[in-house]
Amino acid sequence: MLKIGVPSKGRLMEKTFDWFGARGVTMRQTGNEREYSGAVDGVEGVELVLLSAGEIPRELAAGRIHLGVTGTDLVRDKLADWSKQVAELAPLGFGHADLILAVPACWIDVDTLDDLDAAAAAFRAAHGFRLRIATKYHRLVREFLTAQGVADYQLVDSQGATEGTVKNLTAEAIADITSSGETLRANHLKILSDGLILQSQAVLFASRPADWSGAREALGVLADRLGLALPEGLAA
Amino acid sequence: MTKAAIRAEAEALFAAFQAAGALPVETEILQPAGTLLDLYGEDIRARAYVTMDPLRGEMMLRPDFTVPVVQAHMAHGAEPARYCYCGEVFRKQEHLDNRAQEYLQVGFEIFDRAAPEAADAEAFALFAGTLAPLSLRPVTGDIGILMAAVRGLETTERRKAALLRHIWRPQRFRALLDRFAGRAPMPPARAHLLERLATGTPEALIAAAGNMIGLRAPEDIAARAAALIEDASVKPISAPEAALLYDLLSLQAPARAALDHLRGITPMLPAIAPAVDRFETRLAALAARGIAVESLAFEASLGRTSMEYYDGFVFSFHGPQGWPPIASGGRYDALTAVLGQGRSIPAVGGIIRPHLVAALKGAV
Repeated sequence: MLKIGVPSKGRLMEKTFDWFGARGVTMRQTGNEREYSGAVDGVEGVELVLLSAGEIPRELAAGRIHLGVTGTDLVRDKLADWSKQVAELAPLGFGHADLILAVPACWIDVDTLDDLDAAAAAFRAAHGFRLRIATKYHRLVREFLTAQGVADYQLVDSQGATEGTVKNLTAEAIADITSSGETLRANHLKILSDGLILQSQAVLFASRPADWSGAREALGVLADRLGLALPEGLAA
Repeated sequence: MTKAAIRAEAEALFAAFQAAGALPVETEILQPAGTLLDLYGEDIRARAYVTMDPLRGEMMLRPDFTVPVVQAHMAHGAEPARYCYCGEVFRKQEHLDNRAQEYLQVGFEIFDRAAPEAADAEAFALFAGTLAPLSLRPVTGDIGILMAAVRGLETTERRKAALLRHIWRPQRFRALLDRFAGRAPMPPARAHLLERLATGTPEALIAAAGNMIGLRAPEDIAARAAALIEDASVKPISAPEAALLYDLLSLQAPARAALDHLRGITPMLPAIAPAVDRFETRLAALAARGIAVESLAFEASLGRTSMEYYDGFVFSFHGPQGWPPIASGGRYDALTAVLGQGRSIPAVGGIIRPHLVAALKGAV
């Protein structure tokens, strides 16, 4: 049986169902609409597993599901050495979001990472602690700032309403996903001109460590139907 | 290769350091995270295991010995002092390539005010002698020369401070140097801001930019705006001076030849003269200890990407291609000032990784 993990609610689930449906693979919820169970019609030997999008990277890495639909941002943030643990099979063309760095719009002197770095040094000297950047994407933000040579900052965890942390004085800057930028503007924040960390979208991933012995045939049929080129190691 | 074999290798190295007159010291495995984070910045989180103590807050599994050994010395050490240690360090690995997450380090550190170059040579010669049977490739460097060159630039203190702050981040250092030397254009947003500042006060621009939010105060923003205006009128670092610095960054030569080269450029960069004198004194001290300084590799940028505290002599010993250094170390005078709460002492030392030594011996 090939297990495929799909986000369990909302637009991500609907769009995923649409994407597969348009290619002749029908996914549907079974039972009550609040019940997390589903089915796949059109391909033999495929089981639908409805999961929180945030847990799909972990389930792929553990090999408990063979395929999974989730955001690039979540995979790259939650999985170390992500490309060794999962393979990208297809970008799905929805769920677009940019992970960006933003600072208060009133910081007229800060437009680039170079400015942010200089402001962080001055901030630390004046306030006695490192400039705080609120985010839930710790790995991605840290790797980005390390590669760019930004110092004297600290990451503080924010699992929601991150745009409000500056006003609430729990952070000086934020790193979060945005699609239109409206929430940022409403919270008096602006995006750094070179502060784009990652362009994310929903992607169909395959697990590398999963046991594929009983799932390879179903994968072949599914790949044909969806028009996927399978990476080395997964092709039959 | 068994743990017992590695432990035996570590014990032998530890005994060699004690025989060289070092006092064995122990440190806690659980270290307060705050000190290490303030020192290394957020990057250390990617490399150290962080855990939560209900009473002491965030703690880290010891990622290296230098910090706790310096702290112990600054708190109650007699001078001069030679210490050695042997124990586990813990490093998170972000790649699935079998690098060890938990391994032994055996280290040796000298705290001595009298003759820093003699201490450098003593530490290096001890490592070279201890590792001699392995036929490793030693490389040396001196971050002090680079720092002296930056301090001697004919430019503003602010620009020098910015460069010194990024000595250990070569990419950002290079970007700053390119801009200060007029080789990279000013970012468009900066030019635009300066245009607007020419006709309006920072305070007015801040007010026009929207609601004031966050801890960074209008005075902080205005102060940096003023600094940007001042910086815009500073003339670029002269082309010959910048060329010398670029040349210095890429200098790689046998130590004796490197010294001749540095002597050659000193008339044009007089500020490096004392650092070059120290380099010469160190080479003499190394030669006196039997090190072949004619062939000893010297790289001016060595140690700039490893740990953010070396500020003078640095060294590493390399084995097969692709392996981490078998041993590494250097001088960290400034670190003792940061951790010494106002006091400081010249210090130099390094570590050997016994699991690599054991692996090398097994492979021979």
